[in-house]
Amino acid sequence: MTASSGDDRPGRGLRSKPLRARRPLGDPPPPPRDARRPQAVAVADDSPAPEVHEPTAAEIGDAVIFARGLTKRYGDFTAVDRLDLAIRPGEVFGLLGPNGAGKTTTVLMLLGLSEPTEGFARVVGLDPAREPIQVKRRVGYLPDAVGFYGGMTGRDNLRYTARLNGLDRLAGDARIEELLRDVRLSEAADRKVETYSRGMRQRLGIADALVKDPTVLILDEPTIAIDPAGVDEILGLLRRLVAEHNLTILLSSHILGQVQSICDRVGFFSAGKIVAQGRLEELRKLAGGGAIAFEVGADGDPDAIESVLSRVPGVTDVAREPGDRPRWVVHSHRDVAAALTGALSAAGHSIDHLRRRGEDLLEIYRNLVPEERDGRVS
Amino acid sequence: MAASADRPRGLRTWLDRLAPPPRDPNATRRPEAGWRVIAAKELGDHVTSVRFLVLLVVIGIAAAVPLYFASARIRELASQITSNESVFLALFTLGPEDFGFLRADTFVGLFAPLLGIAFGFDAVNVERSEGTLPRLVSQPIHRDDVINGKFAAGLAVISLVLVAMVLLVSGFGIIRLGFVPDLSEVLRLGAWVLLTVLYVAFWLAFATLLSVALRRAASSALIGFGVWVLTVLLGSLFLLQLLANLVAPIPDQAFTEEDANAQIRAAQTQNFIKRLSPHTLYTEASRVLLIPIDPVSSGSFTPATIEEAIQAQDPRRYLASRLSIEQSLLLVWPQVVGLVALTTVMFAAAYVVFMRQEIRA
Repeated sequence: MTASSGDDRPGRGLRSKPLRARRPLGDPPPPPRDARRPQAVAVADDSPAPEVHEPTAAEIGDAVIFARGLTKRYGDFTAVDRLDLAIRPGEVFGLLGPNGAGKTTTVLMLLGLSEPTEGFARVVGLDPAREPIQVKRRVGYLPDAVGFYGGMTGRDNLRYTARLNGLDRLAGDARIEELLRDVRLSEAADRKVETYSRGMRQRLGIADALVKDPTVLILDEPTIAIDPAGVDEILGLLRRLVAEHNLTILLSSHILGQVQSICDRVGFFSAGKIVAQGRLEELRKLAGGGAIAFEVGADGDPDAIESVLSRVPGVTDVAREPGDRPRWVVHSHRDVAAALTGALSAAGHSIDHLRRRGEDLLEIYRNLVPEERDGRVS
Repeated sequence: MAASADRPRGLRTWLDRLAPPPRDPNATRRPEAGWRVIAAKELGDHVTSVRFLVLLVVIGIAAAVPLYFASARIRELASQITSNESVFLALFTLGPEDFGFLRADTFVGLFAPLLGIAFGFDAVNVERSEGTLPRLVSQPIHRDDVINGKFAAGLAVISLVLVAMVLLVSGFGIIRLGFVPDLSEVLRLGAWVLLTVLYVAFWLAFATLLSVALRRAASSALIGFGVWVLTVLLGSLFLLQLLANLVAPIPDQAFTEEDANAQIRAAQTQNFIKRLSPHTLYTEASRVLLIPIDPVSSGSFTPATIEEAIQAQDPRRYLASRLSIEQSLLLVWPQVVGLVALTTVMFAAAYVVFMRQEIRA
């Protein structure tokens, strides 16, 4: 608690320490997941919870977002389970997992909009549960399914945010103009938001999160319900913002493939726990366990191709995959791509497909969280 | 509010001025006063909304109908005036002889609650359904700024409508009928407007509670309307009396002193039950404020309680005699306190429920 300035009105203790949040009305918690299926990863699940100490400044270090043992329970249901997280300045961290894994709950706790049941969170060195105003002043937030006042223009919506952040009219308008240009909404700025497309709203949401000139940006499902071109545009915009403003970004998504290109590190979320986190390469290694798999497709007699493939040195197994076009999955313990192509072309087969498996996040995720194969992650 | 038109530039500039001035002219960030920013925006939404225009028309009609009857009868009254007393307040309290309830103060008591419900029933749930609430509370404001700002804006727009209505009726009386209010009448009218704002504030707080507790604006509006019909319309007609009779029937005969005491106790209980309704409290206080009587000339007794004062109100007599404004205020004080208490309880309930709710939809 280094920066507890006098901005939080004193004597209004009820607000600086929000009431213990309860389950939302009319929104019963999903049934406990543990009852339905086996636990994803058995790490420390039945062992007694280790004592969680309040983190010291040295432990937090330069982490912009820090969590230790962060837990949120609604009755019997544990939405977030002993989450540990440390995000460094300038990093783009992806919180990935299916819907209902606890991503939004985590984000709300980091913003001080929901009080943790246990554990500690520090955002820009502050405790969001105790100093939500200070935290919210520095953190821009794009909520899941962001909404705007449809009867107001895009510009007026941003003006309202600017005023809520205490920006005066002149400074606010200049900044809004600049942001609208950044998200390519200058043309549409004076149209009512109800006429905007989904992608435009999302871009307006990003501009809205940036109005306060934050040091941290938290984006909840920034690419959901947007067409592929729109996704590229939003990711490009985020990439540019990171480069230009040196922002630290925490983003959550259940569409792994879309966000892997901009994340420095990712954390896989499943049933309230982070089951794995790290750089993409680290996770790839972790998921594969040293084994490498290639998808191969080639013209010619399937049986001949299969025998060619299985004779390549280093190949441990060849499996044929069903489908219109014959495909084989070749397993090995080292990179045999060159050997495979060489052997196939030597045998007179032309290759129409060669891909190393485990390259993208979805496959890594599925390897790490086998029971999530029910298609809820895409 | 969802259905707000794009506001004209001049209005927006004016509304922006409502927000606090910067503490330091060089600083670009102002001290936080989130509720004022929210109130300014909500007020702007209200006064440019379709619902505001519709309600203005409805209130205008509701004021014009009693005024039509009052102006007809007030001429009769004026012709009987012997002293130089003014009959100005009769504009608000006179109705046609055969339909006594068609008078402005009764109309306001019956229909002003709809103002409160109309400007409160969708305060929070629309922010939720439109997905603007998470964005709003992630700004550096306290969570209760949202509900405080919205309540303040609702109160402001309600006051605006009521004051406009009273000024219109007064203007009609002054210009068309030539009745000019004296100072005490202006004060009485002012006190009555404050009382009415307080009464509507109760309904606004109630509607705000509904908007917090119910996810859908439609169900919130429906329940608000239903409660209004039940307590104000049916309640003032017969329901409250029925309830009072059920709970504390007054014995028919009183032969002994004990019987008489039992009657009095039962009557007191009945009064208490009726006064649980804000409409009863408002009607009682409203009558005492608008129909002054003089305790000395109005008979052999001095009204010590509000019932006595109301019972002593004889329309033929009040021209000649009047209660001073201080005395009237003293009489309505318990009713005012009761209304304040009810409003506070409602608002506190809305506040607590909102503070404890999850932000997440």
